[in-house]
Amino acid sequence: MTETLIDFDEVIEKFDPAMGLEVHVELNTNTKMFCGCPTEFGAPPNTQVCPTCLGLPGAMPVVNAKAVESAIRIGLALNCEIAEWCRFARKNYFYPDMPKNFQTSQYDEPIAFEGYLDVEVEGETYRIEIERAHMEEDTGKATHVGGATGRIHGADHSLIDYNRAGIPLIEIVTKPILNTGDKAPLVARAYVSALRDLIKALGVSDVRMDQGSMRCDVNLSLAPKGKPVLGTRSETKNVNSLRSVERAVRFEMSRHAGILLGGGSVLQETRHFHEADGTTSSGREKSDAEDYRYFPEPDLVPVAPSREWVEELRATLPEPPAERRARLQADWGYTDLEMRDAVNADAIDLIEETVAAGAAPQAARKWWLSEISRRANEAGVDLASAGVTPGEVAEVQKLIDDGTLNDKLARQVFDGLFAGEGTPGEIIEKRGLALVSDDGPLLAAIDEALAAQPDIADKIRGGNHKAGGAIVGAVMKTTRGQADAARVQQLILERLS
Amino acid sequence: MSVSWIHRTAAEQAEALAAGTVTSVELVRAHLDQIGATDEGENGINAFLHVDADGALAQAKASDERRAAGNPLHELDGVPIAIKDVLTTKGLPTTAGSKMLEGWLPPYDGTVTAKIKAAGLPILGKTNMDEFAMGSSTENSAYGPTRNPWDHTRIPGGSGGGSAAAVGAFQAPLAIGSDTGGSIRQPGAMTGTVGVKPTYGSVSRYGVIALANSLDQLGPVTRTVLDAALLQELIGGHDPKDSTSVPQQVSGLVEAARAGAAGDLGGLRVGVVKELQGDAWAPGVVERFDESVEVLKKLGADVIEVSLPSFVHAMAAYYLILPAECSSNLAKFDAMRYGLRVTPDGSPSAEDVMKASRDAGFGDEVKRRIIIGTYALSSGYYDAYYGQAQKIRTLIIEDFKKAFGQVDVLVSPTAPTTAFPIGEKVDDPLSMYLQDLATIPANLAGVPGISIPSGVSSEDGLPTGIQFLAPVLEDARLYRVGAALEAALTQAWGGPIAPAAYKEKN
Repeated sequence: MTETLIDFDEVIEKFDPAMGLEVHVELNTNTKMFCGCPTEFGAPPNTQVCPTCLGLPGAMPVVNAKAVESAIRIGLALNCEIAEWCRFARKNYFYPDMPKNFQTSQYDEPIAFEGYLDVEVEGETYRIEIERAHMEEDTGKATHVGGATGRIHGADHSLIDYNRAGIPLIEIVTKPILNTGDKAPLVARAYVSALRDLIKALGVSDVRMDQGSMRCDVNLSLAPKGKPVLGTRSETKNVNSLRSVERAVRFEMSRHAGILLGGGSVLQETRHFHEADGTTSSGREKSDAEDYRYFPEPDLVPVAPSREWVEELRATLPEPPAERRARLQADWGYTDLEMRDAVNADAIDLIEETVAAGAAPQAARKWWLSEISRRANEAGVDLASAGVTPGEVAEVQKLIDDGTLNDKLARQVFDGLFAGEGTPGEIIEKRGLALVSDDGPLLAAIDEALAAQPDIADKIRGGNHKAGGAIVGAVMKTTRGQADAARVQQLILERLS
Repeated sequence: MSVSWIHRTAAEQAEALAAGTVTSVELVRAHLDQIGATDEGENGINAFLHVDADGALAQAKASDERRAAGNPLHELDGVPIAIKDVLTTKGLPTTAGSKMLEGWLPPYDGTVTAKIKAAGLPILGKTNMDEFAMGSSTENSAYGPTRNPWDHTRIPGGSGGGSAAAVGAFQAPLAIGSDTGGSIRQPGAMTGTVGVKPTYGSVSRYGVIALANSLDQLGPVTRTVLDAALLQELIGGHDPKDSTSVPQQVSGLVEAARAGAAGDLGGLRVGVVKELQGDAWAPGVVERFDESVEVLKKLGADVIEVSLPSFVHAMAAYYLILPAECSSNLAKFDAMRYGLRVTPDGSPSAEDVMKASRDAGFGDEVKRRIIIGTYALSSGYYDAYYGQAQKIRTLIIEDFKKAFGQVDVLVSPTAPTTAFPIGEKVDDPLSMYLQDLATIPANLAGVPGISIPSGVSSEDGLPTGIQFLAPVLEDARLYRVGAALEAALTQAWGGPIAPAAYKEKN
């Protein structure tokens, strides 16, 4: 079936998009939602399982208090109400990766509800209203082998890893996002991005979209321009990068418009997103609306967080990421570009700590975004795991500031730090790296260089100060780079005046 | 002359172990011999689905060594016990009476199993039951019905017919049952034994293959009230693995049973439930019940009639809540991870395998309840069925509260009839469901209940039961009144009632 895709500008001329975003966040609790199994990513399949998360007969769930705490903190950070009393419910459906063939989730009594998150797109603020944030458990992970598509239909057999079964999830559901017009794809992206930053700042999830610890479902419908109605929606599942969120919205808008302008009607269905070309394809139809037969989970007691506890947790909320970034940018005097680079490099916390340890903001930025970023990239690790601490960076910079090191020597100190040779002081001593601060040996080296290159000396005497570079180079060579170039230049001029 | 150890109560066996007049190995052997002599063959009782002779003897040997060293783990250390096949036992087959779990060896012990092991009671084996505890006759077991020791052509009650028959036939002094709507108490009445459904949440459900989670409760199956008290104290207590487990320890049960046996019920207010009388109750059952009530009065109790009007709706509410919960609980049996797997011909999908396995693995009653429960939870029907049933449940809880404002305990016959012939009601599920008319309200409200023998019916010579109910966490009241009535009746009968074929020969 070929699809007619309508040019984006034409879509905007004729339709108003409505979006609904459902984001699943895997919490980084040490143990699963309803049992004591570890949650570490990447363990060999089916090694982090027990009777409860395997759904064995007789096993029972117990709520992970830390997960409830994380859910409440997420709710508070999203400006939600926190339920005084809520229950878990069973969502009943059969699927091989579901150990119990029901998912323990929340239905009409979510832990958090009625909130919002403000996001900025091209200088304009959009308030995204949050309908609810609720707790649930993840399913196992199925790998379908032998089919062309990697999906269950057509597969020869499937492998199931239950390590993921029972990992705590928070599902955050927006209300319909309206009136975004041509900004819809950007607003969707900005919302997911802001949510990711917020949850990261809370420290309750790794929010790695590439590892699936944050997953987004995009609901989209179109209504005729200016008509206050909602069209039939499609639900594009598992859109797993910020760029993909933007592309999925854009593609679905064009696809829906193609159907509607061709006189057809949009099918209410789930869609699969294809990273390679940014398109979606039909999943299963939802027209015979699945009946999940929700009912309260009889093996669990209600969750009733006391108001005192909620207020204690509210006090633990970090500064909202957008506000914090604005404050730091002002404090540090960074340009927008510098700030964006630092954010993208995930260096904000590191720079902040480096500055707190005494380094100037520009110096801190320079080291983290150049020397250390390069080495982290080479090693394929996060900046934070590159092997140096903000304290060490600040110390190196201090040694530069007081003339003990220059940039070139400092890079050698970093070599030592990455090699684990000790503190910057120890490395300077071991490697003999400090600048020569005594003029005596420098003058000797200068005299030697001038004598060896009399023509250069003449040029300098003749007023060509640039020619002094060759003498500086020779002095640096003699002192194995441990001379302060500026001082050498000054001494040369004094010598020849 | 040698003592017939199987005919001693658990308390007596424990005393003999403590006195050194018997060993645990001797006790276990005696019970294994009784099982061997009475359980197997065409006309055998079929109380056990699995007998673990080697395991029980090994545990008995270890128990004797502890005794010899002066380190028994518990008062009941060395006294054998049987466990209903609804509770997981690590490495021992656990089927819940279903073909679906034939041969399944659980990799873990339920909490009550763990407590029994930690107290040193040798586990004789696993007892028969209606499939997934659905039934009142044990005829729904995939492994054949259990026979009533009083009359092998009759049912022993259900779903815990295996535990009740095993205790009634002196195959075990103690057994664990599970009671969702009467599955401990009604078999007690059918077999002339004692059965207790403790307060909901006072005994851990961890490891119990759930029928209906909000109703299920494990409890003791014994021949005397004192034995039941000893066993309930052993298995009770808060369990962090069961979120619905209550924080309070229900205590003072043994003390209450001993005090009750002295026979003074002065000041105890007893309420006869108005709604649990009438034409549905067999004359032979009513006769013994009325007689027991007269005995209670003689012991000093103030007896009045109380009305709990919502009880008339209890059965209807129960048969919506239970199927709803079990339809979801039983979804896990899909042949993907454990249990029966039926693979249709051709190249079946996972869904085809699930369908074929569930079709072959579940019996008719199980399918019936899954269908009812699925319907009751369906979108558009939820409020009319499951929602209404929960409202009735609230009314029943309120009726209990009001009644317990007037009286200390409630009393009724346990079951409307004596044991009926095997096969009589298999095609009449409604008539089968009515067996639990008197026992269901306690499960809906979470209150504790006990059934003790009230004698034998003059109509058919089969045992009848009387049930007491107490407020939540007041289980001790059941033991006081139960022990008092038991002592008075036993004295009047000249000894406990028992089936002629199994009675101790003098």
